[in-house]
Amino acid sequence: MHDQQAAHTAGERVPGQKTTVMVTGADRYLGGRLIEMLTGDDTVADVIGVETGALHNGTLSRILHRSKVDTVVHAAVAASAVRSGGRSAQKESNVIGTMHLLAACQRSPAVQRLVVKSSVAAYGASARDPAIFTEDTELRAAPRGDFASDVADVEAYTRGFARRRPDVTVAVLRLAPLLGPTSDTSLTRYFSLPVVPTVMGFDPRVQFLHIEDALDVLHEVTLDRRTGPSGRPEVFNVAGPGVLLLSQAIRRAGRVAAPTPEAMLRAVAAAARGRNIVDFSLDQLDFLRFGRVVDVTKLTEYFGVTPRPTADAFADFVAGHALMSVLGDPETTGDGPSFFDQIRDVIGRKGPESER
Amino acid sequence: MSDNDRVAHKLDELYDLFSRRLAGDYEVDEFGFDTELTEKFTLPALRPLYRKWFRVEVLGIEHVPDDGAALLVGNHSGTIALDAMMLQLALFDEHPAQRHLRLLAADFVFKAPLLGEYARKTGATLASNPDAERLLRAGEILGVFPEGVKGTGKPVWERYKLKRFGRGGFVATALATETPIIPVSIVGAEETYPILGEIPVLARLFGLPYFPITPTFPALGPLGAIPLPSKWMIQFGEPISTTGMAESADDPMEVFNLADRVKENIQQSLYALLKRRGGAFG
Repeated sequence: MHDQQAAHTAGERVPGQKTTVMVTGADRYLGGRLIEMLTGDDTVADVIGVETGALHNGTLSRILHRSKVDTVVHAAVAASAVRSGGRSAQKESNVIGTMHLLAACQRSPAVQRLVVKSSVAAYGASARDPAIFTEDTELRAAPRGDFASDVADVEAYTRGFARRRPDVTVAVLRLAPLLGPTSDTSLTRYFSLPVVPTVMGFDPRVQFLHIEDALDVLHEVTLDRRTGPSGRPEVFNVAGPGVLLLSQAIRRAGRVAAPTPEAMLRAVAAAARGRNIVDFSLDQLDFLRFGRVVDVTKLTEYFGVTPRPTADAFADFVAGHALMSVLGDPETTGDGPSFFDQIRDVIGRKGPESER
Repeated sequence: MSDNDRVAHKLDELYDLFSRRLAGDYEVDEFGFDTELTEKFTLPALRPLYRKWFRVEVLGIEHVPDDGAALLVGNHSGTIALDAMMLQLALFDEHPAQRHLRLLAADFVFKAPLLGEYARKTGATLASNPDAERLLRAGEILGVFPEGVKGTGKPVWERYKLKRFGRGGFVATALATETPIIPVSIVGAEETYPILGEIPVLARLFGLPYFPITPTFPALGPLGAIPLPSKWMIQFGEPISTTGMAESADDPMEVFNLADRVKENIQQSLYALLKRRGGAFG
């Protein structure tokens, strides 16, 4: 049966053979939208959504067994702290939730595919890293920051699962920070500040992923029928190709950058640690210094999908949030007199006799 | 067009440029290289230094290809990396295809505020195999100074004597991508800030590889930051072909041999250039 599946190319699905999908993180935007998309797909027999807080081994085992789920999409790992809980709740849902889910999957023989939504935060950010991360780039042993260490744990457990269940095709998607015309994340709130704090003397390269493109990729990968490598997960970077400099992004959003000494930001990050007031941590500080850019060639080659460029994703976010320039519109060209004409008026017109 | 029109037109263009820059309406490549910023602001700022102060003379620019990749390997000197900047300007101003130099820099550069930002925006990236290979495969001109800070930080009495070339990582990358290696000899940078001694305590304090003492720095304070007006010469040597040698990229013997050949080539042409130049400030 596996050989038969392997013979099919991307996008080609076996007619009559319908899949049953379980999606975690149903209470989050991405998970919720994915469930909607899958429900409308006629190659999907059934979709089961599980909320982030409900990831428990026993319950999941029962669902997987009873519904004969063959594809599991783990979309619950998230960068933002759960609104009410803070750091401990975030770790609980990210890491402990993943352990419960993987334990349940391991005991369910029906599961044939596992898709894990991870983050490019897995690569960390430092002055010692190559400018562009590919999937082959070795991950640092101990990444800095809460979310980064969650991601590292989640990926480590996923690798362990792939080893123990070599019959399951495991895909890990490292997503770039998400942006959308209506999304509300710590990132969109950051760019919506009238004066945006940056680290003095650093202008990192940043990369974004449009939330609709993230959905398309998740959808494509979930319904892909090819078997991957046995005993290890296949990793894919998912991001909008190209980069923006942070200063450039801030200008495009019509904001003003406020370069702040690193020591000051570090103090704020230390104060915010463990509390739920400001969503700001050390790995974000590293990101604001060194940036993070990934290569998406593998995704394009394997699945034939390429997210829209980072610049376009960012433009859509700016348009959707109707961010107005805090500086006013600098363009005077158009209907009014051009700057050229205005200068000529100021310096005076000498007329044709001065023509050489 | 009248003179006034011409002035107005020029100002108009400048205004457009600035308003576009302020709106973030420009492109940078995936390494963070801002072509427009480099061509319109950075290189013009260096040009007087290049032409009037150092009177840079360029030889053998025809050895650099019009398109496609090449690896420039140069001698490093002069306390701060002025030689890298002058080489970049030489390649852009003197080469008919106005080629941009993509430099490889040590990690301390990217850790330092402002310096790292400047380096990336003017086309530099981290001296690492993945970055170097990526740039060469994209057909860029890559510049490396294998001596690193050992070259820039050497005392004045060791001037123009090449330091060790490290592990020869640059050779391995050139072999793997079958990119021609062009030896580059730079004369003049050694006399810009002659190092007489070092203050290790201050180096540690500022996180620098070394803290130099020159005849004017730190004695004259900020005035000591003005480089001495030495006469410069930059010679691009004949390319060393690496075609068909991709397999030897992981052969240490082959790599060391080629690295030695490049080093010897640069050393010999440095001596020849020095003879030709005569006095350092002439």
